Amino acid sequence: MARRESLAKKSAWTLVAWAIGFVMFFPIFWTGIAAFKSEADAYSLPRTWLTSPWTLENFAIVQARSNYLQYVFNTTVIAVLSTLLGLAFAIPAAWGMAFQPETKPSVNLSGKAWALILLFFFAVTAAIALSVGWRMTDNPLLGLALILLFGLPIAAWVWTRRTGDKLLWMLSTKMMPPAGALIPIYLIFNRNGLVFRQWGGVDLGDWNLIDTFAGMVPLMMLLNLPIVIWMLYTYFKEIPFEILEAARMDGAGLWQELSKVLAPMAVPGIASTLLLNVILSWNEAFWTLNLTNKNAAPLSFFISEYSSPEGQFWAKLSAASLMAIAPIMVLGWFSQRQLVRGLTFGAVK
Amino acid sequence: MKSLKRALLGACALALAAGAARAASTTLTIATVNNGDMVRMQKLTDDFTKANPDIKLNWVTLEENDLRQKVTKDIATKGGQYDVLTIGTYETPIWGKKGWLVPLTGVDDPKDLLPAIAGGLTVDGKLYASPFYGESSYVMYRKDLMAKAGLKMPDAPTWDFIAQAAAKMTDRKAGINGICLRGKAGWGENMAFLTAMSNSFGARWFNMKWKPQFDQPEWKATLNFYLKMMKDSGPPGASGNGFSENLALFQTGKCGMWIDATVAGSFVTDPKASKVADKVGFALAPDKGLGKRGNWLWAWSLAIPAGTKHVAEAQKFVGWATSKHYLDLVAAKDGWANVPPGTRASLYANPNYAKVPFAKMTLDSINAADPTHPTVKRVPYVGVQFVAIPEFQGIGTKVGELFSAALAGQMSADDALKQAQAYTTAEMTKAGYIK
Amino acid sequence: MATRQGQALGRLAVAPAVAALAAWSIVPLALAIYYAFLHYQLDNPDNTFFAGWSNFYYFVTDPFFAKDLFNTVALVLLVLAITIAGGVLLAILLDRPMWGQGIVRVMVISPFFIMPTVSALVWKNLMMHPVYGFFAHVWRAFGLTPVDWFASIPLLSVGIIVGWQWLPFATLILLTALQSLDLEQKDAAQMDGAGTVDFFRHITLPHLMRPITVVILIETIFLLNVFAEIKVTSVGGLAGNLTYLVFSQLNDANDVGEAAAGGLIAVVLANLVSAFLVRIVGRNLEA
Repeated sequence: MARRESLAKKSAWTLVAWAIGFVMFFPIFWTGIAAFKSEADAYSLPRTWLTSPWTLENFAIVQARSNYLQYVFNTTVIAVLSTLLGLAFAIPAAWGMAFQPETKPSVNLSGKAWALILLFFFAVTAAIALSVGWRMTDNPLLGLALILLFGLPIAAWVWTRRTGDKLLWMLSTKMMPPAGALIPIYLIFNRNGLVFRQWGGVDLGDWNLIDTFAGMVPLMMLLNLPIVIWMLYTYFKEIPFEILEAARMDGAGLWQELSKVLAPMAVPGIASTLLLNVILSWNEAFWTLNLTNKNAAPLSFFISEYSSPEGQFWAKLSAASLMAIAPIMVLGWFSQRQLVRGLTFGAVK
Repeated sequence: MKSLKRALLGACALALAAGAARAASTTLTIATVNNGDMVRMQKLTDDFTKANPDIKLNWVTLEENDLRQKVTKDIATKGGQYDVLTIGTYETPIWGKKGWLVPLTGVDDPKDLLPAIAGGLTVDGKLYASPFYGESSYVMYRKDLMAKAGLKMPDAPTWDFIAQAAAKMTDRKAGINGICLRGKAGWGENMAFLTAMSNSFGARWFNMKWKPQFDQPEWKATLNFYLKMMKDSGPPGASGNGFSENLALFQTGKCGMWIDATVAGSFVTDPKASKVADKVGFALAPDKGLGKRGNWLWAWSLAIPAGTKHVAEAQKFVGWATSKHYLDLVAAKDGWANVPPGTRASLYANPNYAKVPFAKMTLDSINAADPTHPTVKRVPYVGVQFVAIPEFQGIGTKVGELFSAALAGQMSADDALKQAQAYTTAEMTKAGYIK
Repeated sequence: MATRQGQALGRLAVAPAVAALAAWSIVPLALAIYYAFLHYQLDNPDNTFFAGWSNFYYFVTDPFFAKDLFNTVALVLLVLAITIAGGVLLAILLDRPMWGQGIVRVMVISPFFIMPTVSALVWKNLMMHPVYGFFAHVWRAFGLTPVDWFASIPLLSVGIIVGWQWLPFATLILLTALQSLDLEQKDAAQMDGAGTVDFFRHITLPHLMRPITVVILIETIFLLNVFAEIKVTSVGGLAGNLTYLVFSQLNDANDVGEAAAGGLIAVVLANLVSAFLVRIVGRNLEA
């Protein structure tokens, strides 16, 4: 039974919705206008936006000033490669958690016992570090040993959790403030950190990761991995288990189960995950601003160059903004349907 | 096993050969700031690469704050990303003393450099950075508005005159603000202006025992004067305005006066960018009759980090970019008004350059600043609008945020000063200056 | 149902991801703890020594610490309020039959694709500039004094920008949920003569509770670490959050030790919030 609304009512709703839609879109629309104006006119908007002449010069200036295509290329490489790399990690993980869930911890220790174990290891680590005077810079082996001493119990704890807890732990790594990790990552990338640098005769200091794809792609992958796993997991869980059972009964091996049965059903989920991940990496700004400056610098960096140049810059800023957001926005418009599915993180059906 | 070894050796040999082939042409990575003068240099590098076909230039152009942060991190961790750095008079003495910079040998006629500028870039008699352009600060004002207000700007005004003129020129209905000053937080933004201003009020950052002086009446007078003047005659949103924002305001005719960097002279008098190009006058930064003026001294300069493997090529490039020849090159291409100012005595002796409207006032302003004796009372530090110690960046920015909050009306002047005093004391104690 | 072998395989399949994420979260954490107890000024490395708890002390007594801590939480709550209230209204609106729904939807979701640096720059300059900004013109057109957004209401201004970016996200999730609300249910309720308000309270809102928790969970993850909007609009001193304070310790002051200590404090805060969320929201999700 379809509902009927009166024509007047529908018109009214249409009007209100269009008005609100336009308000939401307005800043982008306004940027679009300013991008095609001269600098002086951009500053005298909105009084003159219909009367002042239109121009393309800003785009030419922006391109001449900073090589736009280079940034688009960098952004695309980082976004696409990190997404693919992320899927390589996430698909098996999501498969494992969705189809082979563990309902109870594989090691039965009480929470108190775990806490004591972790505390004990931390205390030992700290005691060793303190006894050598907290000087680790020229001690790569000791540093690595301490990190392992500190990290392995945590990893073991995570490893033995039941599936639901593992998932939430993964998501919680995404909550880690990047500010806390910035210094360590910067120093590791610079090969000048606590460990990682001097290994006997080998000096890794010559291999810089800052401002390289080799550094940015894995980093971006790790940033978004929790969300990718989470999304894939929710999709995979929707796939009825009975179908897999039936396939197994028919004698399908694991490979066939994966390729013939699972893959076709999982493709839409993977596609929308991929899409969302590309958008998230495209727009990432904290790490890219801090760790790149040219060779691997993406569009978020490109635009930050227009944050405060000399004198009047609104028209140039608008043109640069438009250039930075246009590719991803168009992609978003055309893949709206998949995206909506992806955005809901499988939590809404 | 043997074949594997041979294959490895072969690969190494190939890699070496490739390395040797590449060594024939060196790539210099140059970190620079995205100011107009620097961007212009990138367009003129053909002149350099033609004379040095074996050197390729790779530019990393960054916004001022980004540049500072990235270059500092790189040089402090010996990252070695850059072969040539663009730094200022703040970093040069600190890094030169630490041995992080290579003394320059290829500078064209070093005796020609203005002594006030070269002095700030020299440590123990060695030049560690070659000035690309030098600047001080001065008053830019609108002659037409000044006449309308019935006043005449003296060549060397006082702060009281500036405040009075600003109030008279202000016409909020017409969108005219008597005075535009920096308010955006940062040691190189509002604190550059306020520190220079405080010098003329007799204030100082530290006494001879490195005790912060924000609890002294001179700082209180400085901050209150600044806040009152901005409240009476400043533009809206002043707490977010730095150099660029004020330049935009002045160019569109919203400011009666603007006290800022002397390089702005060529921008505000450029008829292509400025609506008020033909109405701008210049005067020395104001004083309070105490013997010091409120102008600063800065030079964006090129330096070579100690970690680079291409010292010889870098020396060549720095020599070229800061040479007299380069000044002639710009003059021939873009006219004398666009020549990087404030570095060479010979430029100011050039009759062609003397015709540029802001030339004389720039030179006078630079000569009026003395980085080794910046304040009325004695201080243990060097630097006019900064204190040349590594900790200053952090302290200056934090104090700048407090003063910016006071300008935004989020905090009283007394609170801002009190917190600035407490914070600076804590930081100086932590760093070991205060025992 | 899962075989022993299958379970082993499953565990093996999860291993790379767990290992990668463990390394990603633990190595920086370990290093951050190490640096937090070191006096290490990046541009003064000769003066490096074990500092005990002093980095924590100086970070907590920073004049901006208390305010920034408050701002961190306030910003999350403010944006959550904007996006959830706005999202519910927009979702209900978009759920109505109308002409050109597709286009309206495109317009509403567009802000989600804008990178934070761009939206912050556009809002700061073109929209909220007190002299030339669009709002200033509108205010003047009505004879009012333009608001000096970032000076007088900095936190709210940042909140508006961030809220604008996240509103589409909330709207989309809630809209999808609404569309799954049984049509018959709607009609039945209408026939019963239930008023719009009653319908909303007893049918729509309960149905939306679950998607709302999803919105809260996902947005909080991102909102705790809002950075670009604060840096670009340069309101770090007025409306900075913990992320910004740590950033400024590192990049303005070059103080690795204190920045690491601040980072750890931010980690603790994030863990408190996430424990809280996991308890409230996680349970709701698994149900």
